[in-house]
Amino acid sequence: MATNMVERTFIIGAGQAGVQVADSLRAEGYAGEITILNDEAAFPYQRPPLSKDYLAADSAGTALPLRGPDFFASKDITLRPGAAVAVDTAARRVTLADGSTLGYTHLVFATGAANRQLPCPGASLPGVHALRTLDDAQNLQAALANAQRVVVIGAGFIGLEFAAAARSRELEVTVLEFAPRPMGRALSATSSEWFATRHRDEGIDLRLNEGVASIERAGNGLVVESTTGDRYPADLVLYGVGVAPRTELAEAAGLATDNGILVDSGLRTAADGVLAVGDCASFPNAHTGSRTRLESVQNATDHGRHAARSIMGHHTDYAETPWFWSTQGNLRLQIAGISHPDDLPVLLGDPASGKFSIALLRDGVLVAVESVNSAADHIAARKLVGRGIALDPATLTDPGFSLKALAKTSLAVSIPA
Amino acid sequence: MPTITFTQSTGEAAEITVEEGTSLMRAAVTNGIEGIVGECGGQAMCATCHIYVRPEFAGQLPEVSDDEDEMLDCTTAERTHASRLGCQIKMSGPLANIVVDVPSDQV
Ligand SMILES: Cc1cc2nc3c(=O)[nH]c(=O)nc-3n(C[C@H](O)[C@H](O)[C@H](O)COP(=O)(O)OP(=O)(O)OC[C@H]3O[C@@H](n4cnc5c(N)ncnc54)[C@H](O)[C@@H]3O)c2cc1C
Ligand code: FES
Repeated sequence: MATNMVERTFIIGAGQAGVQVADSLRAEGYAGEITILNDEAAFPYQRPPLSKDYLAADSAGTALPLRGPDFFASKDITLRPGAAVAVDTAARRVTLADGSTLGYTHLVFATGAANRQLPCPGASLPGVHALRTLDDAQNLQAALANAQRVVVIGAGFIGLEFAAAARSRELEVTVLEFAPRPMGRALSATSSEWFATRHRDEGIDLRLNEGVASIERAGNGLVVESTTGDRYPADLVLYGVGVAPRTELAEAAGLATDNGILVDSGLRTAADGVLAVGDCASFPNAHTGSRTRLESVQNATDHGRHAARSIMGHHTDYAETPWFWSTQGNLRLQIAGISHPDDLPVLLGDPASGKFSIALLRDGVLVAVESVNSAADHIAARKLVGRGIALDPATLTDPGFSLKALAKTSLAVSIPA
Repeated sequence: MPTITFTQSTGEAAEITVEEGTSLMRAAVTNGIEGIVGECGGQAMCATCHIYVRPEFAGQLPEVSDDEDEMLDCTTAERTHASRLGCQIKMSGPLANIVVDVPSDQV
């Protein structure tokens, strides 16, 4: 590093993770320059409301910002419009789309993820939407106002949140999912089936084991043909078939990637001074013992805080408990920890009551809890998972058992890791 | 239009004007009130929009739901009888000119 160079952290991406890095750096007392590159037209905003409140008929139509309007100036953080197009890790330099270059002492990739394209004919017809950005949400908000029939492709979190929002506007909603269960990759069978039933009770036509084959224009609208040969007329099609991390820039710079930019437990890549955070980062997960890439607000903000500490020279292993939420109409799902399909699910409570949790045990140890309309269980679970707590399934199903009580007692005594 | 006054633990106060129906969290975040984070976007999932409502307005507030009650148990600053989640309170006539205190710690 040139000795006359000022200390500067350059953050690529002004999303939840990138903005958190800058905020936490200042909170930690970082005195160098901080620049965040924003390649979206909008002032940095929160994504989760885009598939929820923002789509309601009475929505204010404005994004919820990540920080207030004076935040960046008041913290002496430069929010610079533009996209990075090349990174030279040897020269410690970033090239922007407008041709300018900028040196750094620390570089943070906070580039997020991009929606996977729909792999079928007609995927780019007008009226076929994805949802990731404020622009996308604005287009959808306008399209919903003129739609009668909506087809959603993919029963993942975003697909179902959107379906519930469209249904509460009293539109006809069909959801096509090629897998046998909704949210199947993330949820146990019990929770997933419970959501399927509730969405159907609300009048959503949820079609499982049925993928999309093609989309065609028909008159003023569209027709979606499914893999079973059924045809669904639609004024609006929304697809949510997963996302891919935005690693292209890191890859071109010679950094190792494998479904995410590879970082160590300090969120550092192998290149000196270069880190990656949030949706784009694949990190060693202290809870699962394997590499993980997560798409959640918790992951983005906790990564942001941890990366700031790393930059300040405080090296600890990242080990925050992952948690996630999804609100689908008035159904509230909260997950703490990370489960695997082979984990043993134990039901807590009665799904028929509309409130329950599923505790997931791996080799007898509590690794994750899914909670449905049960905030108390979730809050307790955030404290309990990842602490190596061994539980007997029989204890969990005892009528007097509650996660909240367990959290109280087990946090009072010290627990061996 | 109604106003909300956010008072910091330092005694510094900011009065902002909001439209009816706007939540206290959204008003705070949109106006850059220090100490209100709103990390979950208003879903009563994160407790980073914790505020203390001055007693003279307590009677006008919506009831605390079970979800809010649970989340209030995990605020960073101490929970008191005046504690609420800013995202669960929407501005309405009776709350006009409400005054709330911002906790010293949120995360
Ligand atoms: C509709 C929707 C609903 C969601 N709901 C929930 C929820 O309920 N709960 C939850 O926990 N999570 C939810 N999430 C996920 C959560 O929003 C993300 O995990 C989080 O935003 C990730 O933050 P990030 O900073 O890593 O990435 P992003 O927020 O995607 O930010 C990355 C930014 O980097 C920019 N960028 C990329 N490449 C470049 C470049 N070369 N130069 C400059 N800028 C670049 C991108 O344009 C983007 O602005 C939701 C996401 C979406 C889209
Ligand atoms: S904004 Fe998260 S609980 Fe209020």
